Amino acid sequence: MDIKNYTKEQQLIFEALEEVMDPEIPGLAITDLGIVTKITVLDAEAYIQLTPTFSGCPALRIIEEMVLKAVQDLQLFDKVVVKTTFDDPWNTDKISEKGRAALLKHGLTPPPKNADYLELDVLSDTPCPFCNSKNTTLKSPFGATLCRSMHYCNNCLQAFEGFKPLT
Amino acid sequence: MNIEQKQLDALKNLLYKMADDQLILGHRNSEWTGFGPVLEEDIAFSSMAQDKIGQAYQLYSILNELGESEPDTVAFTRNAQQFHCCEYVTMPIGEYDFSLVRHFFFDNAELLRIDSLINTTFDPLSLLARKFKGELKYHVLHANTWIKQLANGNAESKKRIQDTINASFGLALGIFEPSDDENSLIDTGFFIGEKALQSKWLAIITPFLNSCDLSLPNIDDTKPVYGGRKGNFSQYLQPMLTEMTEVYAIDPSAEW
Repeated sequence: MDIKNYTKEQQLIFEALEEVMDPEIPGLAITDLGIVTKITVLDAEAYIQLTPTFSGCPALRIIEEMVLKAVQDLQLFDKVVVKTTFDDPWNTDKISEKGRAALLKHGLTPPPKNADYLELDVLSDTPCPFCNSKNTTLKSPFGATLCRSMHYCNNCLQAFEGFKPLT
Repeated sequence: MNIEQKQLDALKNLLYKMADDQLILGHRNSEWTGFGPVLEEDIAFSSMAQDKIGQAYQLYSILNELGESEPDTVAFTRNAQQFHCCEYVTMPIGEYDFSLVRHFFFDNAELLRIDSLINTTFDPLSLLARKFKGELKYHVLHANTWIKQLANGNAESKKRIQDTINASFGLALGIFEPSDDENSLIDTGFFIGEKALQSKWLAIITPFLNSCDLSLPNIDDTKPVYGGRKGNFSQYLQPMLTEMTEVYAIDPSAEW
């Protein structure tokens, strides 16, 4: 999404969405997660396009409602439409630097960039978010939510979660 | 896009086959929630259930745009004869070896099916296929990791995996039951066809199993379990559907 050429109205919508947080990861804005794929304004109507991280993500309906409310609250548009599509599918490289920092702050290791994740090695090398050691073990590619994997740090002896790569 | 009626019907049939496979196997996987042999496996099967039911929802949504009923109506109001999944996914979860081998056979097949659809000329499906591929790679990674681990475990774990492979191979071949109408999809570049998929699948799983010192039974001596794609199931699907739709059936008009 190219926000540099945004009109004033598109910019205002984007700023409102920067306040909408992922319900499962407090402190991570949906704009930094990279799931807002298009903002269009036509006359007095606003269209916001979202895309899910995983197709079965149960938080999506809640996020749609939160986006609708945030844009309606601007009181600039007669009509606000929020739509989820796969036109511009999400991958973990869409997470911004700010988003990666928010993941780490939440105790989740950010995903490696441009990863070929069918190789188990990528997940095995996941650094610990607490002590930064790479001496870790993958416990399972599935975790508490669809986007997380489970690991154990052999250095600081703590279980931790990673945000797993999706390309 | 201008699709002829015959192709449209064949396309819908393909989408139903895929969506029903995902919904039914997703539901079966969810039966492991709280019962996995170790906590990580409990979570893995539950997560894969969530992925699969989410993928089924997206496929039913495409069908809805092609004129079929709403996803919830399609999922919760049909009886067994109206489903298009393969017999294999309807089977009860059994013991962990049965569920694990099914997961291995099915998800390797599904990843290849999805991969082949990335270049389909039907755009909505192509977009979904790109998305599903990333998710299914984790399912295959998980299945292959555990098959390998148990093949290299002890004599009992290896024997149980090999025995289950032998007993399940005919069911797994049923995934690729051809449909009468699929030629119209093959001719127009929508889909490569079940026969071609089965060949690709064998070419992937045979060397993998051999590398784990496991083997497939002789395919010429194995009778594929067909029927599911045409709505002919054994005794397992209807009781599962009755349980799955129990709450919905109390008040189908309820707002959630």
